[in-house]
Amino acid sequence: MTTYLVRRFAFILLTIIAASLVIFVATRMMPGDVARVMLGQFATDQAVENLREELGLNRPAHVQYLDWLIHFLTGDWGVSLVNRLEVRGMVLQRLGNSLKLAALSLGIYVPLGILLGVVAALNREGPVDQAISGLSMALVGLPEFVTGLVLIAFVAISWRLLPANSSIDPDTPLREAFKYLILPAITVSLTSLGYIARMTRASTINVLRADYVRAAELKGLPRRQVLLKHVLRNSLLPTVTVVAMGIGWLIGGLIVTESVYGYPGLGRLLVYGIQRRDLILVQAVSMVIVTIYSFSNLVADILYGVLNPRIRLAD
Amino acid sequence: MMSNGVAPPSQSTEPVLQVTDLSVVYNTEKGPLPAVRHVSLRIGQGEIYGLVGESGSGKTTVARAVVRYLPANGAVSGGSVLLNKLDLMGLSPVQMRRVWGSQITMVHQDPSAAVNPSIPIGEQIAEVARVHLGMDRRQAREKALQMLNQVGMSDPEAVAGRYAHQLSGGMLQRVLIATALTTNPQLLIMDEPTTALDVTTEAVILDLVHDLLEQYQTAVLYITHNLGVVARIATRVGVLYAGELMEEGAVPDVFKRKLHPYTLGLLGCVPRVDISKHDVELNTIPGSIPPLDGLPSGCIFAPRCPMAEDACRLEHPTQVEAEPGHLTACRRWQAVPRLPDLFAAPQSEIERGETPEGSLVLDARNVAKHFKLRGMGVAALWRRGPSELRAVDDISIRVRKGHTMGIVGESGCGKTTFARCVAGLVEASCGEMILEGEPLAYSVAHRPLSVLRKIQMVFQNPDASLNPQLSVGACIGRPLIMLGDTPRNQVGQRVRDLLRAVNLPEAYADRLPHELSGGEKQRVAIARALAANPTLMICDEPISSLDVSVQASLMNLLVRLQGAQGTSYLFISHDLAAVRHVSDWIAVVYLGRLWEVGPAEEVFSPPFHPYTEALLSALPIPDPDVRQKRIRLLGSVPSAVHIPPGCRFHTRCPHKIGAVCETEEPAWQNVARYHSICCHIPVDELCDLQRHLLRVERPAPGGKEGER
Repeated sequence: MTTYLVRRFAFILLTIIAASLVIFVATRMMPGDVARVMLGQFATDQAVENLREELGLNRPAHVQYLDWLIHFLTGDWGVSLVNRLEVRGMVLQRLGNSLKLAALSLGIYVPLGILLGVVAALNREGPVDQAISGLSMALVGLPEFVTGLVLIAFVAISWRLLPANSSIDPDTPLREAFKYLILPAITVSLTSLGYIARMTRASTINVLRADYVRAAELKGLPRRQVLLKHVLRNSLLPTVTVVAMGIGWLIGGLIVTESVYGYPGLGRLLVYGIQRRDLILVQAVSMVIVTIYSFSNLVADILYGVLNPRIRLAD
Repeated sequence: MMSNGVAPPSQSTEPVLQVTDLSVVYNTEKGPLPAVRHVSLRIGQGEIYGLVGESGSGKTTVARAVVRYLPANGAVSGGSVLLNKLDLMGLSPVQMRRVWGSQITMVHQDPSAAVNPSIPIGEQIAEVARVHLGMDRRQAREKALQMLNQVGMSDPEAVAGRYAHQLSGGMLQRVLIATALTTNPQLLIMDEPTTALDVTTEAVILDLVHDLLEQYQTAVLYITHNLGVVARIATRVGVLYAGELMEEGAVPDVFKRKLHPYTLGLLGCVPRVDISKHDVELNTIPGSIPPLDGLPSGCIFAPRCPMAEDACRLEHPTQVEAEPGHLTACRRWQAVPRLPDLFAAPQSEIERGETPEGSLVLDARNVAKHFKLRGMGVAALWRRGPSELRAVDDISIRVRKGHTMGIVGESGCGKTTFARCVAGLVEASCGEMILEGEPLAYSVAHRPLSVLRKIQMVFQNPDASLNPQLSVGACIGRPLIMLGDTPRNQVGQRVRDLLRAVNLPEAYADRLPHELSGGEKQRVAIARALAANPTLMICDEPISSLDVSVQASLMNLLVRLQGAQGTSYLFISHDLAAVRHVSDWIAVVYLGRLWEVGPAEEVFSPPFHPYTEALLSALPIPDPDVRQKRIRLLGSVPSAVHIPPGCRFHTRCPHKIGAVCETEEPAWQNVARYHSICCHIPVDELCDLQRHLLRVERPAPGGKEGER
């Protein structure tokens, strides 16, 4: 297991470095003059030249890249070209917001999805299963901007239960921000819920058919013990992996949901950076997202290994 | 039914399990299928009742009905099941759950699937002790260790902490037996407990079961398809056919004096290690098991029975106690013992293969296949230790014209990899393969069509080796067109000829594989191989997935075809008796190397290589009179990644003579002109050691007296 972890960790670092190259190339090595693109057609040549100097665009590409990477790794993420603020502070603050939304969403859809999946598997082919399967199929197919708008229309506007707009000040403490988080979290959950439920249902049905479950039943163990100990421990393995891999998306990929509600998370910051052509900001956000994605994959692998003795004890 | 007088000895005490008139129905789309009908059986304390039958006979259904664990569409439609006078059919599901695991326990077929992969072994035993014996965690753990010790685990403490994937099949089956005996149950049901294991492991497990049951005095319902296993372990035997008991009695009685034609036919289907294809053809039972939705109205075996009369077809026979404790469902049972050859195949003159000097078809020299072990991408950089799996490591074999070379060995010994090297499906790493004087390219891709035609293969699983979309005719016709020189307008005729050659109706040409039974599919696979008119046919476990009676007819077919066409076979099987039956030559393989090779009758008589000896000693023989010396191999085949130094067999060899075995590779010794053994022990000493391996103890004359 230790060597396995070391290997995986090394692999993650390689992935991040490879991704940083792609990000760097995509943002700086675009055809045309970067400074010109950033400042727009009507900037003076002097302004463009100043910016080139500031960004160090006159140096050779590999020097630029290494310089940028080392600065990034040492925590110097640069200054936003738009508002002249430290990029790092901005990104980390938004990251905190994204984490709050992700945590709440996970807390909603993981237990609910697993519950629905297991209930469906236990009532396989019955009306309960068909209802759950139909529902999860529909949810998987619905994009967030549809569920989001429907939720806003009913919950926020018709019934006035929760605010429709979550564009709170990024500094709002959690206690006050909570009610603004609920609708976005439900929107995110609805999309993932169906996925988790279907996944859990399929693997639970498989495990229920396994010889060792039959053997456990015929050992005369109480039904609850058979289900919790012998079935779920095995059938939730794939679900746990999928959940862990989804963390990356929950933190860095909720662009649509954040936009629908105007919630100040990482996704919206990325969109903002792109709209303002703030390359420094875009690079920083992208790197953070890549890192989170990579580590959520690592977490998925580790969890799978910890829960699955075949991997854990392989060395 | 059983009212005529003297109670047989085994039934003098109160039975632990009494099944009376049990019937089970499965509700399917086609309507109700009566899978088990009016089955009655009694098992007393300390008795092992062997329930034998071919696939579809309903033996597992009987077991599942006894514990009331039928699939959702199955139901007991009649009869009673009493466990020490407790009516199991009258219990509520909750009460039944209390019987499971405490009064009735089960051991299942595939041990690697029946142990939960993510719970430590010890805990899986301890949980039973906690639930049924009311023990606390510490006591239950102690109990688990004690049970592991009972089933012969040398280090229970370590085993208890391991997971399923860390133990071999044999070890896992011990664990399941330990679990089943934890609560000291009244009835133990074992459903094909050794079928998934190698013959050597099977022998060890059977010994263990036998010894433990003497100690525990549990009543056992032992379900198996293997008549040899029944002969070795059971006290009584019931023969099940299409859901009805055909014959039942004490094991020696039934094996010696068969009173039902089905039993007679079934026992004659099993090949024996002391008889070869040149001596006798195996029995075959014509026809196949009747479908449950179209059972004959009279005796269900009548359509396949050569001695059936009109009365048999009209009237359903009742079970009679023909002799004390020996029951039969045949109305003409008196006639059965007088007709030993009822199912004997018509004896055709089978020519012996050419003399050993006959022309050489395949000359494989020092063939090896080493698989490189690779990690995933970058991860491979961190890998340590040996990186090669030496599946085949220097095997030399010669196959002569019209002869069969049989290759035997436990699973993982490399026999299939070797066959695939010869076929070119796996590229050999080194060595030379010469087919009729021409060197063979390693890869099938580099062999010209004319060479491809000469080597054909029959695979183990016909379901996987026949294209499900292709009709039988098209399947056999393709090699005719692609490899042969058959003109297109004659393909149809050739296909019909080939179907006739493998004893299938010509009309089968239009069928699809799924419309055929397992045995018929394998006949098609053989016809397809024959279509190319090969010089060498590689049969890789061709009969292993089939029922006993079907195996017999396929072996007869292979032997007959060889006599007619002079094809050479490379016949690979883990079933020693089958290999002995069809082979002229036998090669014994272990861990990628050859250890003994020679003419079949010489290899299977002393002196043996110690490994051959162990294989023969382990083989269950369906004859309770045969006494086998107990030679058991412990553990399982070592990994081909970490091959032991010196003689590769030294880690398990019962005759290991000392340090020389661990350090030096043994040399080949000639026993006879064509018979050689690779061992450090001199041939003379092996002869002395192995004098009494198989002994037939038959009280009356007529039996084969003698030793091998």
